[in-house]
Amino acid sequence: MSDVSVLRLESVRKTFGGSVVLRDVDLEVAPHTVTALIGASGSGKSTLLRCANLLEEIDDGAIWLDGEEITDPDADQDAVRRRIGVVFQAYNLFPHMTVLDNVTLAPRRVHGVPRAEAEERARELLERLGLAEKADAYPDRLSGGQQQRAAIVRALAVRPRLLLLDEITAALDPELVGEVLDVVRGLKDEGMTMVLATHEMGFARDVADQVCFLDGGVVLERGTAEQVFADPRRERTRRFLRRVVDAGRL
Amino acid sequence: MTVTKGEAAPEGADDEGDMPDGAGADDDGYVPSERRLERERRTRARARRATAVAALSTLVTAVVLYLVVVSAPGWPRTKETFFSAAYARETLPKVFEGLWLNLRLLLVCGAAVLVLGMLIAIARTLRGPVFFPLRVLAAAYTDFFRGLPLIINLMIVVLGVPALRLQGVTVDPVLLGGTALTLTYSAYVAEVFRAGIESVHPSQRAAARSLGLTNRQALRYVVLPQAVRRQVPPLLNDLVSLQKDTGLVSIGGAVDAVRAADIIVGRSLNYTPYIVAGLVFVALTIPMTRFTDWVTARMDRRRAQGGAL
Repeated sequence: MSDVSVLRLESVRKTFGGSVVLRDVDLEVAPHTVTALIGASGSGKSTLLRCANLLEEIDDGAIWLDGEEITDPDADQDAVRRRIGVVFQAYNLFPHMTVLDNVTLAPRRVHGVPRAEAEERARELLERLGLAEKADAYPDRLSGGQQQRAAIVRALAVRPRLLLLDEITAALDPELVGEVLDVVRGLKDEGMTMVLATHEMGFARDVADQVCFLDGGVVLERGTAEQVFADPRRERTRRFLRRVVDAGRL
Repeated sequence: MTVTKGEAAPEGADDEGDMPDGAGADDDGYVPSERRLERERRTRARARRATAVAALSTLVTAVVLYLVVVSAPGWPRTKETFFSAAYARETLPKVFEGLWLNLRLLLVCGAAVLVLGMLIAIARTLRGPVFFPLRVLAAAYTDFFRGLPLIINLMIVVLGVPALRLQGVTVDPVLLGGTALTLTYSAYVAEVFRAGIESVHPSQRAAARSLGLTNRQALRYVVLPQAVRRQVPPLLNDLVSLQKDTGLVSIGGAVDAVRAADIIVGRSLNYTPYIVAGLVFVALTIPMTRFTDWVTARMDRRRAQGGAL
């Protein structure tokens, strides 16, 4: 079973200065599926994603990518990150580069793709996400939604095996959320494997094959979107979802 | 009369910002209202009043200063020994000749300082156990040379190195003086670069690493370009300092602008040449300082417009 999962976490534990952020977390992500991590702020969603990309070192447990243990101290971390795309809440575009240079940096410098080829593919991707005219603009000339779409293109440009999306709509104005979520839906249709931390419950319900509810660093409940949202087993999950509904997010 | 600068904002606003242009410049057939015209008239009147006040206060201050200096008991004698027109005329060509050396020193040392400062700054930010000695060395270097007075550094290098009588090592005071300047200023500039590197938000490095860039690639393509851009104003500031400190190589006997003045002073016992040389240095640094201000203001404006730079 383990060799078919794209990503697998087993008993992962992570602490920050004594406070436990992830406790005994197991997770399995099958190819071409979307996993949504939901839960209150501080429940460990973002930390889980950062651990999966080795931006944070875990205290205990293990993580596999395509059946290869990436938490092995001898694993080539740069090589692991090359296979995982990340989109951040705050976009994190490089402000001193045009959108096109942002997108082609990794293909050119990391994967050795010749400039012309990298730019051609970048323009193609930008076109598909409706950013063709913004290729030569600097990030500060783009709206939040455009910046986030550019960041998605940047992550896709290296043809990642797995895409991690960390609350990618949390910093956006409400009217710009839709355009970014549409992009994610499109990626799901193309079969991209994704793990996303999100507060957009309607979206999670709609797009996710698997939903994990995190609470205090523990995966309290997991199942299909239908099961977790329509028939939560745990009282805490129910309470969380009720709060979300009250806030008008579902 | 820099006082008027702030008050003259209505005229100064047409730089390039997004401020409304003058009345009638819009392309939608807009006709300025009576209210706007009246408001602009009053703003202009206030600016004129401010200019007049500034001019008057400057004039009064100048007159008072002049009277205080001239009425000092030692003034006639001071005027003769420090402000002699005849000696000034004799000195100026010599000082300019010497200044050429200062300018060359500035150019060569400036370039060397940028390279060395950058290398030291990078050495200080390197991670990993292999680089431990390099890190320590770089830190010790900056600590030492930032603390050591430049004049002592110059004397040790310019006077001490020739005393060693080493084979194949130059005794040229210009080269040695330039070396001393480079040693001290590299320490300053390394700190400027290091501050720049540390000012780049960690999320930028995280984004670079998540794309698979190695630590070194992240530094080169993402962190350093942003760090250097941000540190342009403080770097120019250090360049202005270096420009005037090139005058200190004269202590080794190199004939720069200061030494040229010194020679005439020694012969005539009139101090006017010092004043001349001093004013020449001031005249040289003013354009640099203004340029620095301009660059800083431009960057501030861009940041204010929402550019992260």
